[in-house]
Amino acid sequence: MATPEVVFAGTNGGALTDIADYEAAGGFTALAKARAMTPDEVIAQLNDSQLRGRGGAFFPTGRKWSFVPKPDKLPKPHYLVVNADESEPGTFKDREIMLRVPFRFLEGCLIAAHAIESKHVFVYIRGEYEREFEVLRDSLDAMRKQKLLGSVTIVLHRGAGAYICGEETALLESLEGRRGQPRTKPPFPAIAGLYAAPTAVNNVESIATATQVIALGGDAYAKLGVENSTGTRVFSLSGDVVNGGNYELPHGFPLKDLIYDVGGGIAGGRKLKAVIPGGSSTVILTAEEAERATLDFDSLTSLGTAIGSAAVIAIDDRCCMVQLGIRVSQFYEHESCGKCTPCRVGTHWLTQILQKIEDGRAAQPDLDLLLDVCDRILGKCLCPLGDSDAIAVASYVNKFRTEFQEHIDRGGCPLGGGSSLEGILAPVAMHAHTEHPVADREAVPA
Amino acid sequence: MAESALYERIQGIRRRYPSSLSAVMPALQLAQAEHGGWLPPEAFREVADALDLTPAYCLSIASFYDMFRLEPAGETVVEVCTNVSCALAGAQQVVEAFEEELGLQAGETAEDGSFTLRTVECLGGCGWATIVAIDNRHRLHVQASDVPGIVAELRGEGGDGDA
Repeated sequence: MATPEVVFAGTNGGALTDIADYEAAGGFTALAKARAMTPDEVIAQLNDSQLRGRGGAFFPTGRKWSFVPKPDKLPKPHYLVVNADESEPGTFKDREIMLRVPFRFLEGCLIAAHAIESKHVFVYIRGEYEREFEVLRDSLDAMRKQKLLGSVTIVLHRGAGAYICGEETALLESLEGRRGQPRTKPPFPAIAGLYAAPTAVNNVESIATATQVIALGGDAYAKLGVENSTGTRVFSLSGDVVNGGNYELPHGFPLKDLIYDVGGGIAGGRKLKAVIPGGSSTVILTAEEAERATLDFDSLTSLGTAIGSAAVIAIDDRCCMVQLGIRVSQFYEHESCGKCTPCRVGTHWLTQILQKIEDGRAAQPDLDLLLDVCDRILGKCLCPLGDSDAIAVASYVNKFRTEFQEHIDRGGCPLGGGSSLEGILAPVAMHAHTEHPVADREAVPA
Repeated sequence: MAESALYERIQGIRRRYPSSLSAVMPALQLAQAEHGGWLPPEAFREVADALDLTPAYCLSIASFYDMFRLEPAGETVVEVCTNVSCALAGAQQVVEAFEEELGLQAGETAEDGSFTLRTVECLGGCGWATIVAIDNRHRLHVQASDVPGIVAELRGEGGDGDA
C-alpha cells in the first residue's frame, strides 16, 4: 500500500518497543516541540489538524481540550484520562497501537497533559489486555529512566471486564473505585470529571495521533484524508474476509477496496451479504450500500450509519440476520450496567423476541413488538449502550425485512441450520437468568 | 503472612491515587491473584481492612466486573470469545472441541480443579478470530482442529509443575 502511515509511521510493519529505536525514528521530538509551545498553541495545532476522536464519537480533539478550564479559572488538579478500555465488538486497533508504538502513545499523553495543564494522567486499560499492559508498563519505566515525564505522573489502571467502562463517565466512576455505571451529564467531564475536577477523556488512537499532529504540524495533517474526516485511521477489519487485521488508511478510502483489495475479499469465494461499518453499535449496510460507501464521516452518515470505532465486520451470505441480531443483543444484554430500566430490561426483551422469531415461535405482532421495544429504549437512558442494541437490531429488521418475515411465515430459519452463526453460545446464555422468558407472554394484540 | 504482605502491597497501590477508594479494583486484582484466581470471603475482609472499606462494598465492586471470580476457578482457565467476528469464524466449533477434550460444558470447572471452560464476550482480536484466552494470554486464529493439541500442551505443562 502506498498510503502514508501516521500512527504506525516508522514501524515498517514491526514494533517500536525499544526506546532507542523510537528515538532514532524521530521519537519525542513532538514532545519537545509541544513543551516549547504554550498550551493554547498546542490546542491550536490540534484544531488546525481537525483531528476528531477515534474512540467512536468523532468529537474534535482540540475542542475537547479547549473545554478544560484554565487552572486559574478552576483551581483544582486537572486530569487526563485515556480510554484504553477498547471493547466495542469488531474493534482491536488500540491494542495494536499500544503493542507497536507504545512510546508514541505515551508521548501523546504527555503532549495532551501539557495542552490541558495537567500533571496527572490515568490510562484505563481493559483488564483482558495483559500483554498490552506489560508493554506500556515497561515503556513507561524506560521513559522514567530518561526523565521524560518531567513533573507528570502516568498511572496505568487496569479494568476488570466491563464493556460499559468504555463510556467515559462510567470509566470515571470505575476509576474512582465504584461500579462502572454512567453519570448524568451535565456536568461534563471537562468541568467535573475525575474526582469532580476538570478532566479530558481521550481514546488511545486519538492520543497517539496527537503526537503526529504536533510532529507534522496541524495543517499538514489536515491535508490527509477528506473534508470533515482528516487524516488516517486504523481500521479493524474482521468477519468473513480472507485477511482480517488492522490497516491504517486515509479517511475516504472506499469500503469495498478495504474488503476486496486490502482484505483479500470474502473467504471461499462466497458473496458479501452485509457490512457492519463502525463496530457492532452501528447501523448495518447491505452489500449494495457497502459498494458505494467510503470510510469517512460524511459518506457513512449519508448512508444512515456511522464510522464509529472504524471496525468493519464483513458478513457473507451464510449468515442468518436474526441470529446476528440475537448474538449482538446478547452482548448488550450481558454488558448493560443495570442502571437504566429501558436498557436493563429492553436488551433482554430484544434477545428474547429475536430468539422466538429464530425458533419459529413468533407471530406477526412479534415483529412489531421488536421494533416497539427498540423505540422504547432509544434516547431514554443515560448512556448509549441500550441505544446501540436498539439501533443495530432495528437496522437488521429494516434492511433484511424479507428474511425476518420468512422466519415468521415458515415457522423457522430459512437457512435451516446452515447459518454461520448456528448454535453460538453467548456468555449470557451460560447463566441461569435467561429462565425468565418474558417474550413468551402473549404478544400485545395489534 | 500472605495477609500482611498483601496489606503492604495494597498500601503501595493506594499511594498512586488521590483517593484510596480508587485502589479497590487493583487491590481486588492482587487479592484474586494471591488466592489462586478467585475471591473467597476472607479476600474481601483483607481488601476492606487495607482500604478502610467494608467487605460488602468490596463484594459489590467485584460482582460488577466479569474478571473477578466469586467461586473457585480451575488451575487453567480457558475462555473462548463467541462474539460476532469469532462466531463467524467458527467459535462454536472451537467451544465444542474444548468441551469434548476437557470433558466439560462451557461455564463449568473440572471436579479435580484442573480446568475452567467459559465463553466470553469480545476479547478485542476480531481480525484474528477465533480468539482463545488461556489464563489471560490470547491465542489467535484458533480453529477446532487446533484444540486437541492445545489441550495436550496444557495438560503437559500441568504435569511438569511450575516449580
